[in-house]
Amino acid sequence: MSELLKIQNLKKYFKTPKGDLHAVDGVSFTVKKGETLGVVGESGCGKSTLGRCIVHLLDTTDGKIYFEDKNITNVSGNELKELRKDLQMIFQDPFSSINPRMTVKSIIIEPIQIHHMYEGNKEKQEKAVLEIMDTVGLARRLADSYPHELDGGRRQRIGIARALALNPKFIVCDEPVSALDVSIQAQILNLMQDLQEEKGLTYIFITHDLSVVKHISDNICVMYLGTLVEKCSSELLFKKQLHPYTQALLSAIPVAKINSKKNRIILKGEIVSPISPAPGCRFAPRCLYAKDECFILSPELKEFEPEHFVACHLY
Amino acid sequence: MEKILEIKNLKIEYKSNERTVEAVNNLNLLLNKGESLGIVGETGAGKTTTALGIMGLIPDPPGKIVNGEIIFEGHDILKLSKNKLRAVRGKKISMIFQDPMTSLNPVITVGDQIAESIRIHEKLSRADAVLKAKEMLELVGIPEERYAEYPHQFSGGMKQRVIIAIALSCNPELILADEPTTALDVTIQAQVLDLILKLKREKNTSMILITHDLGVVVEICEKVAIMYAGEIVEYGTTEQIYENTSHPYTRGLFDSIPDIDAKEDRLIPIQGLMPDPADLPKGCSFEPRCRYSTEKCKESNPDTQEIGNGHFVKCYNYIKRGEQ
Repeated sequence: MSELLKIQNLKKYFKTPKGDLHAVDGVSFTVKKGETLGVVGESGCGKSTLGRCIVHLLDTTDGKIYFEDKNITNVSGNELKELRKDLQMIFQDPFSSINPRMTVKSIIIEPIQIHHMYEGNKEKQEKAVLEIMDTVGLARRLADSYPHELDGGRRQRIGIARALALNPKFIVCDEPVSALDVSIQAQILNLMQDLQEEKGLTYIFITHDLSVVKHISDNICVMYLGTLVEKCSSELLFKKQLHPYTQALLSAIPVAKINSKKNRIILKGEIVSPISPAPGCRFAPRCLYAKDECFILSPELKEFEPEHFVACHLY
Repeated sequence: MEKILEIKNLKIEYKSNERTVEAVNNLNLLLNKGESLGIVGETGAGKTTTALGIMGLIPDPPGKIVNGEIIFEGHDILKLSKNKLRAVRGKKISMIFQDPMTSLNPVITVGDQIAESIRIHEKLSRADAVLKAKEMLELVGIPEERYAEYPHQFSGGMKQRVIIAIALSCNPELILADEPTTALDVTIQAQVLDLILKLKREKNTSMILITHDLGVVVEICEKVAIMYAGEIVEYGTTEQIYENTSHPYTRGLFDSIPDIDAKEDRLIPIQGLMPDPADLPKGCSFEPRCRYSTEKCKESNPDTQEIGNGHFVKCYNYIKRGEQ
């Protein structure tokens, strides 16, 4: 498989009165064509910022983004408009990410019109919209409805339809199911998997829900406070966690089974402020195994065993 | 075992222009002293409305308790005067609300918010109430030096601890916890669940835990009630519900969750959507989405039947042990 997206030492700092907020601080990874890369972490770890930098909803502070071997870090204007055809995003909140004053049809047709697809032929464009609605499982009779008439699951389908309208190669999915009930969540996850198979899509799937990420991802990146702490295949990660944070995170998942009591690692304290962070490992203040060097030197991401990367001084 | 709470035929409606929404429909529940009951269901199932009903906090209008009894320690709460209800609420029954970000007052220090309910119910002097509030802070793992800080200076997990401290401050007999960890990250959720379990063990408080997360329920509760469209469709011990799942809806909920220990390619979702609560089907309300539905299910609403020792299910064609 070839690399579709490559990220090198990506950094995004936000300026605040108290100093720079290091939302994403030196993240590198690659995504192969047709795979799903899961990005997990808790609120404030920078996973959404990372996704937004990739689709250029935010400018990056430092680092490089390559898409199909082309450096797209600083594209703008027409070049960026062209790029958006290939790079789309599905947003977290199906209630605030679609315009309440537009009908379902006008929401989905908007990107098609902006990009002047189907030679601007209005009939063909409308036909395409109806076909996309079929694909994502929205009944055609809903074409003239407004979002408030629909429930959360259907609205999320609109968000997916809009992302698919331009036939993209790559979609960043930012918590696409976390606002939905479990029975609806399962419908949407199945839909996304079907679309991936049909259209050969590549996903970055950002979520805080570990059972969802395991279900849908081929590879997983675990983030903590703007840094990547562990990266490997989804199967391996659930068998063998190297980083102390990953261990605690996985042990904390409530499992819907009797007698699944495992040794839960309860972390002390909470995430420290990402504003002008102290040197050393970001996780050190909460880590059970922190040594002196952890507070001085930031650990590099290194390959502990084939295809299993970890950023920790223990290894 | 001593009963602490018994709900009989509770029916709560919300009225809007010409529409009547039946939020809770003929609900029956029994909770013994020291027990924890989990109420599980999806958005709009009527879980929170049930809890607000027990607290006497249904906004009226548009809401109204049309029928039923809520018997707490031998008295029907629905028949209490406002003053008497106020003496129960916060003192004997207290509630942990879902959203720690909005349920604290942003302009009052967290310590004073804890002291407030102590002062109202315990007839202590201001200084004694402050002392007690500081004790409560320590109990939930917040240093007492932070008494005079405001909610915005606390993180989400800490705010939820403050809310738990308020709920526990008057040693209630019964706690209603409405999605207490839903707004929290998993590692923080683990801390809070740990705290709830510890406090429950120490004080032997009875609890109703409302959640949509089947993983949280199994850690805290001995009994589980599954709600769908305002009704309890299955009720039993945690073991009965998890090991001998009988209602098709409960089965559907379990099938919808990705299993973290196994590799499955596809999930089995429940088809369709929850029915419009203002226009419920004539028969069983789950029938339009049910895999096992028959003509009979369309015609009439099944009664609740006991299929095992304390295991109740509201279905004509419930799944028997060992069947899939």
